[in-house]
Amino acid sequence: MDVLGDLLFDYTLRTVALGSAVLGIVSGAVGAFAVLRRQALLGDAMSHAALPGVALAFLITGSRTPLVLMIGAALAGWVAALAILGIIRASRVKADAAMALILSVFFGAGLVVLTFIQRQPAAGKAGLDRYLFGQAAALLEVDVITMAAVGAIAVLALLVLWKEFKLLSFNPDFAASLGFPVRRLDVLLTSLLVIAIVVGLKTVGVVLMSAMVVAPGAAARQWTDRLGVMVILSAALGAFAGVAGSVISTTAHTATGPTIVLVATGIVAVSLLFAPRRGLAWARLRAWRRRRLLALETVLADLAALSAQHAREPDRAHHVAALYAVRGRSIVDRALAALAAQGLARRGAGDTWTLTERGHDRASRAARLREADEGAP
Amino acid sequence: MTPAQLEVQIVAVVVAAACAIPGAFLMLRRMSMMSDAISHPVLLGIVLAFFVVADLRSPLLIGGAAVVGLATVVLVEMVNRTGLVREDTAIGLVFPALFSIAVILISAAAGDVHLDSDAVLLGELAFAPFNRFAPFGVDLGPVALWVMGGILLINVIVGGVFYKELKLATFDAGLATALGFSPALIHYGLMGMVSVTAVGAFDAVGSILVVALMIGPPAAAHLLTDRLPRMLGLSVVIGAACAIGGYWLARALDANIAGAMATVVGVAFAAALLLAPERGLLVTGRRRRRQRWAFARQMLLIHLATHEGTPAAAAESRIDHMQRHMRWQPEFAQRVVQSAAERGLVTHDADRLYLTESGRNAARLASVA
Repeated sequence: MDVLGDLLFDYTLRTVALGSAVLGIVSGAVGAFAVLRRQALLGDAMSHAALPGVALAFLITGSRTPLVLMIGAALAGWVAALAILGIIRASRVKADAAMALILSVFFGAGLVVLTFIQRQPAAGKAGLDRYLFGQAAALLEVDVITMAAVGAIAVLALLVLWKEFKLLSFNPDFAASLGFPVRRLDVLLTSLLVIAIVVGLKTVGVVLMSAMVVAPGAAARQWTDRLGVMVILSAALGAFAGVAGSVISTTAHTATGPTIVLVATGIVAVSLLFAPRRGLAWARLRAWRRRRLLALETVLADLAALSAQHAREPDRAHHVAALYAVRGRSIVDRALAALAAQGLARRGAGDTWTLTERGHDRASRAARLREADEGAP
Repeated sequence: MTPAQLEVQIVAVVVAAACAIPGAFLMLRRMSMMSDAISHPVLLGIVLAFFVVADLRSPLLIGGAAVVGLATVVLVEMVNRTGLVREDTAIGLVFPALFSIAVILISAAAGDVHLDSDAVLLGELAFAPFNRFAPFGVDLGPVALWVMGGILLINVIVGGVFYKELKLATFDAGLATALGFSPALIHYGLMGMVSVTAVGAFDAVGSILVVALMIGPPAAAHLLTDRLPRMLGLSVVIGAACAIGGYWLARALDANIAGAMATVVGVAFAAALLLAPERGLLVTGRRRRRQRWAFARQMLLIHLATHEGTPAAAAESRIDHMQRHMRWQPEFAQRVVQSAAERGLVTHDADRLYLTESGRNAARLASVA
């Protein structure tokens, strides 16, 4: 309850939570498209590449106004994306190498400018190194307002061009054949990704911002097959990760970026395991059930076969050793227990087993089905 | 130059050379981003190993960190194999998470560990000479030099001994498998090499700039040659040159050495991209322009030859007709005619063109070929 009270009344925590929520919504919504378009690594490259933009913007303007730094970061990210595309198109260097190269070179150049600034005697340089790992506690109201305004533009663009972006993400060739300006839409959607990255830089930092673009989308993808639901869910999960992570980091005094990223990764892990239909845990459970059913049917058929060998006394009890002779012990034991529980078989004296009336019915029905199967072309 | 400056540069050159060897194979196998994915979690390995041995100088740290690097590769593959997310997403999920754990652990143990998260990214090459390797009181140079020298030696030996296998698996994975070289073994062997190199280089240049040294020089070398041995050699040379260039850039700007090295790597790649002798942008651009003019001249000659001696020849051989017929801009048509005349292929009076003998031959050759 304390945390809830603080969220409402503590200025710092309220600012931090609001800012992180904005960051989560924007990166979640835009990131959903990045995940679908396999741009996870491009996002990584662009977020690292934003560093020299931040540093240069400060060096040139001498201002730490959030909007100025954001514009610098966005320009650098954008130039990096264009450089990657340009290298791929103009040379034999492949996409992966172009991304790794631009990522590290831009980041290195950013470090050069950053250390250059730090060794200048002028004041006001503090706070720029926060852009490496992020520091939610350093968020001011003006940061949050700027983030919200810039993020709103991105989300609005997403809504206005929804149909076009949807088509571009799932079937760009078809979009081109319908006469949509695919190249321009592609650049625009990638630019929105840059904006989403820039919005989160101060909170999460350049090093880890890429995870915030990927994780909510990857998690949301597990819960639904509909784009609209996925984007909304992704934004919601992103907001949750942002708020939870920044509150934890502010109260536990851990670096904000890593904390938010770990919360987001946790959400992905839960989604991968437990999302209905796609979840790994359910798949495991389904496989286990299938195996059990198969064992049950097999032992049922074995018992039926045994009793068929003694056609005149259908109720004759068979010793469990006869079943062990054809199947594994553990399979037989488990299947017999299940058969007894379902009233399909009955245990007699001295570990002997007989099929009940219903057991005989079920076995002969299964046998007929098998014959029909085998008889089918 | 003081001995310390010289030592820093030697360490930088050794780091660059050690990175270039596994980096070249990574790049050719189109797995460059794995260098990014491995170099981040290496930090987690160092931190965890430190909690066990409580000594930042222990060689066990390198082993522990390399194991975590390999574990990252395995983890990425596990996530990928669930089929629930694509490979790029799997990479993008796994390494930030491991890196985050490391950063949080470091800040939690800040009092005990002499490691801070900035150093992780920046590297501390400038401090390399202060940490001496002095067994029995005999000063044998900086520890970093011995560590990276050892890793370079390992990379050279492994790369040399398994050169044939690496080459085959890189360029024709199918044939390599058919011949019985285990693709998994080669894959993990290379990843192990990348991990060990990343750990060693980490101290000097930080986790992100390892990527620059691994991928940048091989990418530049790739533009300069088609032969693998030459590419490996060039990668090492370019890497070493960038290391030294980066050092002096950093000195000039009073900035971070590793960052400056990465910047110089970028410059070197841009230079290769522009100036490479066969596939540089300048050369290909000029070749394309020359081909465009040559093609235009051929079109002109073929056109003139087609109509030569026919009743329409007078009308078809007018210069302004070319503009309409070939859809050439007037200025372009003028320059084509001029360049053809300079080569003695056509002559012209006020507005009519005539083929010369050599022009006629050239037209025949062009239309046959």
